[in-house]
This record gives sequence, structure tokens and C-alpha cells, in this order.
Amino acid sequence: MEATVRTVLARHANQPQALVQILRELQAEQGWLPREALMAVAQATGRTVADVEGVASFYRFLHLVPVGRYRVLFSDNITDRMQGSVALMERLCRRLGVAPGAVRADGRVSVAPCSCTGLGDQGPALLINHHQVITRLTEERVDAIADCIERQLPPAQWPAEWMQVEDPVHRADVLLGTPFAPGSALQAARALGRNGTLEQVQRSGLRGRGGAGFATGLKWELCRDAPGAQRCVVCNADEGEPGTFKDRVLLRRHAHLVVEGMTLAAWAVGARRGFIYLRGEYRFLLEHLQEVLRQRRAAGLLGPDIQGEAGFDFDIEIHVGAGAYVCGEESALLNSLEGHRGTPRIRPPFPVEVGYLGQPTTVNNVETFCAVAHILLRGGDWWASLGTPKSTGTKVHAISGDCARPGVYEYPLGTPVERMLEDCGAADTQAVQVGGPSGTCLSVTEFGRCIAYEDVPSAGALMVFDRRRDMFEVARNFAHFFAHESCGFCTPCRVGTELLARRMDKLAAGHGSRHDMSVLQELDTLLHQSTHCGLGAAACNPLRDTLLKFRPSYERRLQSLHFLPALDLDAELSIARAATGRQDAAAHWPPSHPTTP
Amino acid sequence: MSRYTASGLSFLLDGEEVPMAPGDTVLQAAHRVGRYIPHLCWHPGLPAHGSCRLCMVNFNGRPVSACTALAAPGAVVECQTPALQAERRTLLQMLFVEGNHFCPSCERSGNCLLQATAYQHEMAGPHFEEFYPGRPVDASHPDMLLDHNRCILCGLCVRASELLDGKSVFAIAGHGTRCHLVVDSPSGQLGDSALSVHDQAAGICPVGALMPKRVGFRDPIGQRRYDLHRVDEPHSQEAAPPADEETP
Ligand SMILES: Cc1cc2nc3c(=O)[nH]c(=O)nc-3n(C[C@H](O)[C@H](O)[C@H](O)COP(=O)(O)O)c2cc1C
Ligand code: SF4
Ligand code: SF4
Ligand code: FES
Repeated sequence: MEATVRTVLARHANQPQALVQILRELQAEQGWLPREALMAVAQATGRTVADVEGVASFYRFLHLVPVGRYRVLFSDNITDRMQGSVALMERLCRRLGVAPGAVRADGRVSVAPCSCTGLGDQGPALLINHHQVITRLTEERVDAIADCIERQLPPAQWPAEWMQVEDPVHRADVLLGTPFAPGSALQAARALGRNGTLEQVQRSGLRGRGGAGFATGLKWELCRDAPGAQRCVVCNADEGEPGTFKDRVLLRRHAHLVVEGMTLAAWAVGARRGFIYLRGEYRFLLEHLQEVLRQRRAAGLLGPDIQGEAGFDFDIEIHVGAGAYVCGEESALLNSLEGHRGTPRIRPPFPVEVGYLGQPTTVNNVETFCAVAHILLRGGDWWASLGTPKSTGTKVHAISGDCARPGVYEYPLGTPVERMLEDCGAADTQAVQVGGPSGTCLSVTEFGRCIAYEDVPSAGALMVFDRRRDMFEVARNFAHFFAHESCGFCTPCRVGTELLARRMDKLAAGHGSRHDMSVLQELDTLLHQSTHCGLGAAACNPLRDTLLKFRPSYERRLQSLHFLPALDLDAELSIARAATGRQDAAAHWPPSHPTTP
Repeated sequence: MSRYTASGLSFLLDGEEVPMAPGDTVLQAAHRVGRYIPHLCWHPGLPAHGSCRLCMVNFNGRPVSACTALAAPGAVVECQTPALQAERRTLLQMLFVEGNHFCPSCERSGNCLLQATAYQHEMAGPHFEEFYPGRPVDASHPDMLLDHNRCILCGLCVRASELLDGKSVFAIAGHGTRCHLVVDSPSGQLGDSALSVHDQAAGICPVGALMPKRVGFRDPIGQRRYDLHRVDEPHSQEAAPPADEETP
């Protein structure tokens, strides 16, 4: 073990900022992280063991206790569930003789759910050893996986077709449909100068594609003008919102476009250093992205004096996340990049002023960078002429759920939802979840509404639910997602998301009453007002929307209009009955009344 | 004193003027003049954390945490509104059900900021179902007790140990409801750490999670801090502010 630890530490020159990368790589070699490894890492990086333990225990994909040598994680997103993931996971557990979440006695395998693998268009999906994905699971495939594990076949030798990830683009508009020559946008930008480049981005009216919709040109200007000797550009490829997978497709099919956009940002703000923060679930993209960076260095599109322009120096490193949705929040992302727990920072100061290692930093979404490259080629006015006045340009959407053609669709902003439903082959639709669990749930009467900042904003996911689906169960799945992904930093989110999930379970178990409904509404108000970051603030959105629009699916579950306890008193008494050997009527609750003869 | 009155800057807190200096947070400025804004994870002399969310106020109509929000001249800040009071009560109830707080048997009773704040907010019961988590007690240190059952993850000991004692004995680990305090020592036990009972970190815990041993009932119940003072009395929430904090 010591040799492995030394090699991994040396690869990162013992840098404390590389802590998450170091821990990830150590674990990839050893399966889990024993305390001795944490202590060795702490010593080499000059951090305390408590600090290293705090970081390692934050990320879902890092383990301080042994997990199976084959670690199987089933994507637990609602669309995977709709495609049968729950039964498939049970089947695999049965075949392997292991309980969900537990390690088999021989230490060979553990099976558990994880949030969302970003493969909603080809689910049900799973992740092996936080590295290889398997798509389109069926009973046959699950049985064959069990065989491979029993035969101890290394995952790399499993049939390649299982790991096939497709990138279906069913509708391409200007972004995805126009051929792009690497370096062409940079050439255009250099001709315009650094200020001219920024001006085009500002003219375009482009707003960030990661969800918050902040004006990209303004963000870059703030970053450029903030005091500081070094500046930094970060690509947010964390894409953790369940139902979103458009960044996966962009990173695979249009990686040059993404990297060129980052290089343009570096040119405009004067940054020399960049990072791609790649979510742990997309580990399988790492080699491809590294190859693109290599090609671009070789072509003079990255590194010193880009395209021969003296002083235009910029290079990019890739950081792989370790399973934490909150790291998509930009300040949590920066903490994670610096090797800390991914908890969101206090703002202000904003990352554009004080970002990575205190440097002014612009964090942008994958798609934002793609858009910028096209804007530099065809001009800001051209982009501003697309979409609507307040929501310019086109937007890429990931569509999944109950439709004939799940995949990626690019439309001008302002496109009505019904048009998208028609194109993807959705029938008998009852609801569409726009922008993932943090977004908005629309019911039939609202399908005429448009995806745009002035109507329904979206981070790019559309999950379609037809009439077979129970919207209460959708909201319950989302509640568990937020409880699982809360960073735990602030009281309302840490405790509130857990209370929310438990209440929903109580309703699902048939123990609900009106009292529970009012508690749920109280949680909604509190979380929306008081959490430290957007995760907690959004955690009740699905509840609020479905309660408003699909109330019968809740009311069906209420046993009583008054209070009902969550616990089953008669079941609680079973232990006492077993101990005393009693089975008479008086040993049960509610006590049955003596019948008069 | 000069800095505050000479600058002439102030904001309104529940209708009363609070003098401020540029760079002040709302809570800092209010605390300086003895105005009470409920707080658990904030302490004068340490950087703000923003995690307990007890200090939520309406700042020009927008909800913010007073310990992290910068004060602005002329701002209108509301703290004691019925809606905010009710939200704080719910936050307190959340903290109570998340851990195991058996006030009557806790030797911190009467000296506990969580308990006193809950009384102040007329919290009559837990309201939510209790989590009853299994949390260990670490009694390995000769002079200090660490009872995780009562830890509210305010991070005060973490910051005090790092910034005031220069020792970094503590850190927060885990995620979600599995967040917990960890100790920097090879075994993870407090007894093997560098913590001394004289450290600032040893005295800063607002609840009964990190306590000196053998002094529990030196002040009898009935004569403890919140038996004698209300929690909203000026500067009754923690020890006197450090000397470097100017009072007007
Ligand atoms: C809990 C949470 C998760 C987020 N996840 C992502 C994400 O996966 N990808 C992303 O681009 N932005 C995400 N964001 C938004 C980012 O904080 C940030 O606004 C965005 O990366 C900025 O890029 P843009 O201006 O190009 O949109 C998330 C925000 C929150 C609060
Ligand atoms: S809202 Fe949730 S995720 Fe955000 S800081 Fe608070 S605990 Fe963490
Ligand atoms: S031990 Fe006390 S001071 Fe430390 S985090 Fe817990 S409650 Fe806060
Ligand atoms: S005192 Fe402000 S959040 Fe705790």
C-alpha cells in the first residue's frame, strides 16, 4: 500500500489542493481508503488527519470502510425507476446473494443505488467501481453481470456492447448542427482583440446555461476587472441534476467546441489557468477529454503563445469529482477543486472576485462555452436575433421518460413545451418536469408555455410522465434525492430534507393525515427562505408543484383528516408478544373489544 | 467609539437605529451595541459560518442570514417579526430532533445557548419526529468530554481551534444528516489530540457537546447564566467580547 500511496502523491506533487484527486486515485487502486492511507496523505500534503477524513467522508464515491471489490451502483433517478431499475437491482442482489447497501461476506461485491448517472436516455443504467457504465439493463444483462462477478472477470473484459453509450441528437439547430473547425473561433477572437471579444459576448445577450441564467458577458467583465494577479476559468461539467445529460453529449461529440469556448473566456478575462470539473459519474469520458486537450496543445490551441499570439497562455487540467451533486453549485465546486469538502461558500464575495485559490474566477456551464464559440464565429448580433428578446439563442435539452425518442434536442429559446413533446414522440402525457427536480413541474394545461427565462426557465432537462405515472411517487423520489445530496452544512437543509423524505414515506406507507400535509407545507416555506444555497431552497419545489397540480395523488394516501402516528403500534408490540408467548386479543393494539356473548 | 459615530452610518433594526462601519455584517453591528439577533454558530472574534440559520432577518425585504450579510447604510432590517420568530422556532425544533437533547439530565442545562434560545422562542415541544441517532460519547480526554449527542455542528470549536489556538483539533466530516465532528489524532479520540482545557476551543461550545469535566454543577441550577439573564439581554449569549472589539 505504501508504494501506491507514494506514487499517487508524487503524481500530484503532494499538493494539498489535489486532495480529492489523490483520494480518488488511491481508492481506484485499493478499493477503499484505510485510515493509514488517510494519515499518509495528511502528512504528505501538510493537512490534519481530521481534515482529510472530513473531505474523504464528504464524497459518496469515497469509502472509509471496505466496499465490495465489485461496487455496483444502480442509477436511482425516477426515469431509471420507470424503466424497471428497482426490480433489476433486486434481481442482481438475489443472484449474488447480497443485500442492497451491504458487502457480501466474502468481500467481493456490494450493490447500492446512486443518485443519477446521467444516462436517462438509455437507462436503466449502472456504474461499476465508479468507472465503467452499463446502459440499457435488462434481466438477461443483469444475470450476465452476476456471472461476470462470480467468475471474477475484470470489468474491462466484460462485453463492450454493455458499456456502449450513445449520444442521440434528434434535433440540431445552430449550435449542434453547424460544423466547427477547431481554432476558428479563436482566430476570430484574436482579430477582435480581448475587449472586442468580450463585447461580442455581451452583445449576444447570452445567459448562462447551468440554470441560474446569469449574463455571461457581465460575469466575464466582472472577472476581468476584479483585482488580482492571476485569473481562472472553470468549466462546470458536474451535471448532477437528475434527468440532465446534455453536457455528456456535448463533451463527447463537441469537446473541441467546449475547450475552445473556455480558451475564449481565458482570452477575454486574461486567465492562464483553467479546469474542467468533470462529475465522478462521467469518469468514462476522462481519456477522451484528455486526448482532446493533447491534440489542442499539439496544434498550438492550448499552452504558451496560443496561435502564435505572444502572451496568450492558457492551459487546462481536468478534475474528476467523487459523487456529490452539490459540487455543481459554483462555490462548492471551487472548494472541491481546492481539495476541500464541497460545501457552498458564503457570498459575497462571489467567485468572479474571489474564486479558485482567491483568484477572480469565471465558472460556466459546458453549453455556455459551446455557445460562446459560435457567437465569436458569427457575431453577437446574430445570436441575439435567435430566441426571444430576453432569452437569446438556442438551448440544448435532454429529454427522457415516457417518449418514443429520448435524447438531445436543440431549439431556439421560446419554444413551447408541446412542440418538444410532439417531436420526441410523447403520448398521453400528464406532466413534464422541466430542469430536473430543482426545476418546475408542468401539468397538461401548461404545455403551451415556453422554455425561456421570462416563462419557464430550464437547466436543460425535460422528463416526461404519461398517465400511468403516479406524480406523488415522482415527488417522493426527488425528496429522497435532495436528502441524499444535502451537504449537511446548514440546519434547514440538513434536517429539513430528511424530514421531507420521511414524511413522504409516511404518506406512501398509508399513515398520512392532513396534519402531515401542513407540516410539508411548513417545510416548504422554511427551506425556500432560509437555506445557505440553492439546493435546500429548491428541495421542496417538486412537493409544492405536485401538491398544487396533482393533489388527488396525495389525498388518496391520507388515512385520516387528523393526526396519525408514523409508527404501527401493533407491530411494535410484536416483540413483547413473542417474548411473553401471548397471542390473545388483549395483547394487540388497538385492543379488540370483548364481544358480548 | 469615534469610528461609528463620526462616520454617521447606520441602519434600522426593527425600527431602531444601529450605528455601523463599512464592512460590518448586520449581526456584528447589532451585537456591538447590545442588540440581540438570535444566533448559534456565530461568535464575536471569529469569522461567520452561516450554518445554523437562526439569525435570518429580512434585509430590505429579502431573507438573509445576519451573520454573513453586509450591513448597508440606511438598510431596513426586520428581525422580530412573527413570521421570522416562527421560522426560528422551527429551526430550533429541527436541531432538537436531529440530535439527542435530554435537557433535564444535561449538566449544561441553564448555561446552554440552544436551550435558552428555545425558551426565548417559546418552543413547547419537538413538533417533528425525533431521529434518535446513535451517537457515541468520547470521554477519553482527562479534562474534557465530547458528547456527540448534543453537537449541533455549529463549527465554533473547529474555527476557534484553528484560528485562536493554532491547533486545528477539530473538523466536520460526513454529509447530510450523517455530518459529525471529528478529532485530529491518530486514533480519532479526543484523549490523543492536542486539545487542552485552557484552549479557547474548549470553552466555546454553545451546547453541552464539548465540556470541561468535573465542573458540571459548580454553579447550581437556578444560578446559571440563563437562570439569571434572559438570552436577549445585551451580551448574555457568550462571554464578554474580546478586547479588540470596539464598543461605541
Ligand atoms: C445545487 C446546485 C447544483 C448545480 N449544479 C450545476 C451543474 O451541474 N452544472 C452547472 O453548470 N451549473 C450548476 N449549478 C449552477 C452553478 O452554480 C452556476 O450557476 C453555473 O455553473 C454558472 O454557469 P453559467 O453561468 O454558464 O450557467 C448548480 C447550482 C446549484 C445551487
Ligand atoms: S442548503 Fe443544503 S446543500 Fe446548501 S449549504 Fe445548506 S445544507 Fe448545504
Ligand atoms: S462540539 Fe460544540 S462547538 Fe463544536 S461543532 Fe459541536 S456544537 Fe459546535
Ligand atoms: S448565526 Fe448566522 S447562521 Fe448561525
